[in-house]
Amino acid sequence: MTLEAWSQLWPKVPVLLQGLVVNLELLAGLLSLGLVIGVAVALVEVYAPRPFRALALAYEWFFRGVPELVLLFLFYFGPSQFGVDISAFLAAVLALGFRSSAYQSQIFRGAIQAISPGQSLAARSLGMSRLGVIRHVILPQALRLSLAGWSNEFSSVLKDTTLAYGIGVVEVMRQARYLTARNFPLALPAFIVVALMFLILTYAGNWGIGLLERRLRVPGLEARG
Amino acid sequence: MNLVFDWAWLPQLGRGLVLTVELTAACMALGALGGLVLALLRVYARGWLSPLYALASAYVHLFRGTPLLVQLMIVHFGLPNVGIVFTPFVSGLVAMALNTAAYQAEYFRGAIQSVKAGQMMAARSVGLTRLQAIRHVIIPQALRLVIPPWSNELIYMLKYSSIVYMVGAADLMGVGRTIAAKNFRFLELFLVVAAIYLAVVLLLTLTMRWVEKRLRVPGLGTSGRGA
Amino acid sequence: MPLLRVEDLHKRYGTEEVLRGVSLTVVKGETKVVIGPSGTGKSTLLRCINRLTEPDRGRVWLGDTEVTGKGTNLNRIRSQIGFVFQDFNLFTHLTALDNVRLGPLRVKGLGKKEATERAMAELARVGLADKAGAYPAELSGGQQQRVSIARALAMDPQLILFDEPTSALDPELIGEVLGVMVKLAEEGMTMIVVTHEMGFARSVADEIVFMERGVIVEQGSPEKMFRSPEVARTGDFLRKISELYGDAA
Repeated sequence: MTLEAWSQLWPKVPVLLQGLVVNLELLAGLLSLGLVIGVAVALVEVYAPRPFRALALAYEWFFRGVPELVLLFLFYFGPSQFGVDISAFLAAVLALGFRSSAYQSQIFRGAIQAISPGQSLAARSLGMSRLGVIRHVILPQALRLSLAGWSNEFSSVLKDTTLAYGIGVVEVMRQARYLTARNFPLALPAFIVVALMFLILTYAGNWGIGLLERRLRVPGLEARG
Repeated sequence: MNLVFDWAWLPQLGRGLVLTVELTAACMALGALGGLVLALLRVYARGWLSPLYALASAYVHLFRGTPLLVQLMIVHFGLPNVGIVFTPFVSGLVAMALNTAAYQAEYFRGAIQSVKAGQMMAARSVGLTRLQAIRHVIIPQALRLVIPPWSNELIYMLKYSSIVYMVGAADLMGVGRTIAAKNFRFLELFLVVAAIYLAVVLLLTLTMRWVEKRLRVPGLGTSGRGA
Repeated sequence: MPLLRVEDLHKRYGTEEVLRGVSLTVVKGETKVVIGPSGTGKSTLLRCINRLTEPDRGRVWLGDTEVTGKGTNLNRIRSQIGFVFQDFNLFTHLTALDNVRLGPLRVKGLGKKEATERAMAELARVGLADKAGAYPAELSGGQQQRVSIARALAMDPQLILFDEPTSALDPELIGEVLGVMVKLAEEGMTMIVVTHEMGFARSVADEIVFMERGVIVEQGSPEKMFRSPEVARTGDFLRKISELYGDAA
């Protein structure tokens, strides 16, 4: 690794950043999908009748037990065998999003169960419907309580967006590979720069979530243990 | 459409699985060693040893803050720039061991710090040196406490080892992908590969639960990679 | 016509029959105090009245609406029956004001301005207007219980059920809660109060109901219950509880 390699890499950094933007888009997509489905699955696991609960647990088990790369391939190549073509980007959002939902649901389930049952009872005694209770009493508290666990999940899936490289999404890893395939001595500096980008994003993200956590903090409402 | 499966694929997938298991086992063992040392440095390296504390901390932050895939790429495609060349398997092993050491360090640290402070004092009061106390009192307790997060890490690494196919290793994922591409049967192959991973995960979960029960000590209560 | 009619309520948990046929009526403006040893079904009785617990058998009417009827709009009924819990059950994530305002806003469908005025008025009524912005964790137990009373009042209920409202409080905090309840009784609020506070029972109750092992043993005016109970068990219980809580006699 020479100084020359670094000076050759420098003008290519914008290309890497372009790739990184795709990782961030992926991240936004998969986290949102994971959040919506994760909350739904957690609600089913806590409130729904037994057969639905078992189904939700099986869903969780599958998406937690299969490697992300295998999921990516299933979602990318699976539909095409049914004649449905799906873009690599969409396949990645779906595969990683469903997987994340299986982890997020665990976080939310724990948070929901940490809220004293007396509060639901009190809301019911005011004449609030079951859905109203979930919306106005349970979710506002559960979402706050989830932030700490959610911050872990964020760090984890941020890094996992690089796996979309495996099915050909043109994200930062793919851009780095393009660069280095044409110019082999660039490999080490290029991947070190990518690593630094993620290091910065990880810490920036966690700092942001910490900030959000402090802003939303309510006395007496903290994640226990 | 109809699903097609050729039983002749199974022995090949089996060989891939063997490589996956070897890779996982080796990286977990190396990671445990490295992780324990890093954890001890982060908890006990003070005074004139504090540069080691700083070094260990920087290592943990660096490896936890960057994607394993990037680490693998650096090892396999980057290091040749400075004259270090590994086979795909060794690249995978090096990257995975370096990575999991950082995570395991955090689990060990958590476990060591949850051993009550009084235990160290009691050990010193019996006349044990600090190192003896760590070795005979703190570590045996910490190792038991670390089993649940360590089990999660084991399963995590088993699944994540699938990335080594990207540098050309013939692990379960790699073999599955090769057969799939050759026969143009992606759905079938990846369903089978998924099922095999699930089965191994289940087996490991049950085994680690059993181990935890076997090693349980009354009164010694117990945390993993979030995802 | 009585405001509330309870007829032959039964409730069983597993093999244990907690309510074994309880009937009572409450007229408008009445304060009825339910006393009795722990575990005799008093709390279950209250919860069966607004069906927070589903009774196995028996019927409940609020005015001419049957609470236990099949097609009854239960949420509507519950919005007319206030409930004050032993351990307050305030919503942890909401300020005192928001705790009180939630029902008017989300159940009664009042506008924000109106709901806020209502909530502030009820907080003032329990003496906590200055604590409107505080979260439950920032309030003492007594203050929390007064907020929960304001929460019930803000729904403008026809009656309020109090389930041992002072049992979770430190002794020095009981007075402020009982004070609010006395004031409500004087203002003509209809209430059923399960309590061990014999002083309150004697001075405020229009009628005392003594329950034991899932049935009503005896009921009557405080005068009669304290001076000349018809059933020996009533007298025994009152003596013991008075010794324990150092009141009445």
